[in-house]
Amino acid sequence: MKFGVIVFPGSNCDHDAYHVISKHVGLPVDFVWHRETDLSTYDAVILPGGFSYGDYLRAGALARFSPVMNSVKKFAESGRFVLGICNGFQILCEAGLLPGALIRNRDLHFICEHIHVRVETSDSPYTNELTTGTVLRIPIAHAEGNYICDDNTLAELQREDRIVFRYCEPDGAVTDTANPNGSRVNIAGICSRERNVLGLMPHPERACEDLLGSSDGRDIFSSLAATVAAAV
Amino acid sequence: MKAKVYVNLKSGVLDPQGKAIQHSVELLGFSGISDVRQGKYFEIALDGSLDQQRALESVEKMAREVLSNPIIEDYRVEIEA
Repeated sequence: MKFGVIVFPGSNCDHDAYHVISKHVGLPVDFVWHRETDLSTYDAVILPGGFSYGDYLRAGALARFSPVMNSVKKFAESGRFVLGICNGFQILCEAGLLPGALIRNRDLHFICEHIHVRVETSDSPYTNELTTGTVLRIPIAHAEGNYICDDNTLAELQREDRIVFRYCEPDGAVTDTANPNGSRVNIAGICSRERNVLGLMPHPERACEDLLGSSDGRDIFSSLAATVAAAV
Repeated sequence: MKAKVYVNLKSGVLDPQGKAIQHSVELLGFSGISDVRQGKYFEIALDGSLDQQRALESVEKMAREVLSNPIIEDYRVEIEA
């Protein structure tokens, strides 16, 4: 059972993700340079946060053409687990592995702060150790986190219970004031139809140690680790 | 030969940069503005190995698959001899 952390030119949360998998989840993990194409030894891969290709053109737009991304697509199609965090979420949307797009925050600011998200479904490999409705305190750090999609896509996400996290107040109320970036219906994270691909803007890997202000992110990684262990 | 590609956010997609620009230019005293939308403009120099029709098809494909994100953006291509 092994994790891979994909490293694009400009990724900068790759070491955080590696640290969490090796130290907190306690599983083998490799860095995988974006020019690699063989993912056969991995059970789950993480597309970390950062500024792949300097966010040139659009956030995540150029990373999707990295050689590894064809393999990531096949990896996802085979049912293995793909977690995209922040820039990783943007890349997954650009690559068509998740629907919708992430555009500039509505107030144009780069926002770096702890926010609250509510677990909208425990029916995912990433939240099955959590109860639906649980509020997690996790940081965000992005300028393009404003999730948008058309009405049909939103209806599909809702019907298929694929909205995994929504921005909320500390008490769990989903309000516009708790929406940091203008995302449609406060969406912070969604999963694929097969539920094995998750993208989210908040950084759970930065919330795995009390010293860092929150350890609420750990449950996401432990859910995934347990799911992977059961699948292997 | 040169290709010009214009990429704009689809109508209805929030453009906070456009809104900020509109606000700023109005503060500077420019009046009569009802909306500002910010887009992207690409100039692509072509080496002449494709005829105009092929060049158009090729750049259209590039605009569709790379330069724009069809979920949020529209594009327009012009080929200049």
